Amino acid sequence: MAARAHLLIRKGRVIDPLSGRDDVADLLVQDGRLVRIGASLDAPGAEIIEAEGHWVIPGLVDACVHLSVPGSGRAGDIASETRAAAGGGITHLAAQPDCGPVDSTAVVRLIREQAGQAGFARVLPVAAMTQGLAGSQLAEMATLARAGCIAVGQAGARVTDALVLKRGLEYAATFDLPVMFRPQDSALAGGGCAHDGPVATRLGLPGIPAVAESVDLARDLLLVEATGVRAHFQQISSRESLWLLREAKARGLPVTADVSIHHLLLDESAIEGFNSHCHVIPPLRGAADREALLAAVADGTIDAICSQHQPVGSSSKAAPFPASKPGISGLDSLLPLILKLVADGALPLQRALDAVTAAPARCLGIQAGQLEAGRPASLCVLAADESRGLASHWLSAGRNSPWRNATLPGVVKVTVCQGKVSWLSD
Amino acid sequence: MTLAPPPSSRVQLTEDGKLRHFLSVEHLPRPLLEDILDTAASFVDVGGRAIKKVPLLRGKTVVNLFFESSTRTRSTFELAAKRLSADVLNLDIAKSATSKGETLLDTLRNLEAMAADMFVVRHQDSGAPFFIANEVTPRVAVINAGDGRHAHPTQAMLDMYTIRHYKGGFDGLRVAIVGDILHSRVARSQIHALNILGAEEVRLIGPRTLLPTDVEQLGVTVFTDMAQGLKDVDVVIMLRLQKERMDSALLPSEAEFFRLYGLNNEKLRHARPDAIVMHPGPINRGVEIASEVADGPRSVILNQVTFGIAVRMAVMSMAISGQESSHNPEQGGDHGR
Repeated sequence: MAARAHLLIRKGRVIDPLSGRDDVADLLVQDGRLVRIGASLDAPGAEIIEAEGHWVIPGLVDACVHLSVPGSGRAGDIASETRAAAGGGITHLAAQPDCGPVDSTAVVRLIREQAGQAGFARVLPVAAMTQGLAGSQLAEMATLARAGCIAVGQAGARVTDALVLKRGLEYAATFDLPVMFRPQDSALAGGGCAHDGPVATRLGLPGIPAVAESVDLARDLLLVEATGVRAHFQQISSRESLWLLREAKARGLPVTADVSIHHLLLDESAIEGFNSHCHVIPPLRGAADREALLAAVADGTIDAICSQHQPVGSSSKAAPFPASKPGISGLDSLLPLILKLVADGALPLQRALDAVTAAPARCLGIQAGQLEAGRPASLCVLAADESRGLASHWLSAGRNSPWRNATLPGVVKVTVCQGKVSWLSD
Repeated sequence: MTLAPPPSSRVQLTEDGKLRHFLSVEHLPRPLLEDILDTAASFVDVGGRAIKKVPLLRGKTVVNLFFESSTRTRSTFELAAKRLSADVLNLDIAKSATSKGETLLDTLRNLEAMAADMFVVRHQDSGAPFFIANEVTPRVAVINAGDGRHAHPTQAMLDMYTIRHYKGGFDGLRVAIVGDILHSRVARSQIHALNILGAEEVRLIGPRTLLPTDVEQLGVTVFTDMAQGLKDVDVVIMLRLQKERMDSALLPSEAEFFRLYGLNNEKLRHARPDAIVMHPGPINRGVEIASEVADGPRSVILNQVTFGIAVRMAVMSMAISGQESSHNPEQGGDHGR
């Protein structure tokens, strides 16, 4: 990677969703900061990146990535996956607490060290709320935050005991730590592996009903209100959940939410033929849910779109559907799929880009996802009109994606992460 | 954008529409199902002969690959294969504690090395036979002997054989399937088969806890009341109720289930006077069916077993012949994958 240098990015179409900017301009990066955006900038000695005909957008912020560390059972390692992030225009990613799990400063330090050495992206660890994610004893949240965790959460491991959860939220609120929730009632989800709807019924797959999510979300929202904690809800998948979120936001609760990109593009029909690459949790739901989720992103009920990156080895998917490991390797396809949503007319350009830049940064409470003079320079130069087959450019060690054989728009030419070039396409 | 692999019909059929694997009844053309029934008819007599064998599968190796134990189904497949003169290998692979996917693939690779010609697969996971059919070398035919809650196509076809035998055909027929539809692969396959073969109406009867979500889309009418559901039906198919359903709060007790949905002579009066009663077995007397019905004149339960061997012989011989035709270079070369 290039050392910290002065960079002049010339004549790109600069799109910054936060400020609403969309015009052709030059950007000057000095000492890691974006110092100026304007017409015909001059910077003697700076490295020049010609961006004419390309887009210059803020580096993407991915609010949900499952990192690969030894013992996580996932493919690749922190270096391989953060490189995939950089290649996909992502500069900041929130690492879910299920690697490790993240309940000790040693694990936090290890993650930050490995990510720092690799140097491809800013890895923001989310701490476990309970020890071992077991849902019974609180983890040292304040210590973990001091070690660099930006939030607390439980990944997929739900806190069943409402009293433990309430105390966990109160404790997190003490230190103004945001809490990430992934609502799914384990009893209602049962041993399910697909949306409890017509496709699962026909294929004979045990179903996870939409109420498994909304019932749990209702509980969580009431506890959020009672404790006053800042809350971020991850991977919302059903219409009923959107009613609850809308109502909570309308009443002014401090809540934000995200959806995985896959739930915006695919519905339950994608698992036809027992396609294990479309086995995800929460499951891909009905066509009406998908439409409602898109509408919720458009109207801001859902703030952010994430990759829900879960890279697994090929043997984890080479099994009958219920026995296959859930998850999609999502870093390589996040930006191309955002562009596809825009091209399909499903989302307006500014809102679609906002949902992967400024909005997730706001959800995570971090300074990122915007192009503003004076701030650390994290950005992406993108050939938005160029399409290519993803397979031959795939970077993640996890090849588990229904999109691997797709041809999609969007080629990332350069990624700059906090002033350093973290990706340069050949 | 289409992501899913081709529909089940394309995996199962050769390019010229012959059966190559038998994984699910869904999407198969009506003439093919009728062909299975006609072929089975020609095999029914074999069981009555002094020498109960035909040489159709001589020199072929059939492997019974049972990841879920089932003595009855395995025995009928074994008998069917032997009557076709095949060599039969029985493998009972109990649900392994290790990673199921890896075990399954490893097992397959080992069996391929034995140059098997056919796998008869029973597995607890829905879709497992599809996975196996996609993974094995193209020359091996795969027959689904029951996967999870998904399908049990040979059971459905022997039920269709039984219905055709007693009712002459499917036109105008009303068929009721009663009991635990939610967990039943048999019911799902029967519903597809009955609709493809042109039955007038397929009814499902059971409490809401045992009816799958959005089941109407399969082309059925749903009843929760036995008297209404059985009114004027020509065929009643009772499903087995597993004891563990009481533990998972799906039902309060066997007694209440029997009172509401158990088939006795009194409830059977709502059906047509010439209605037949079927059950895929093994039956739970006093739970889903009263002995007076199971052993009564309308019951054809034991005949189902006899027809089952003939139907399995038909499916096995057709799939082997389909495999051979798809790999005969003179007929267009290898397009197994």
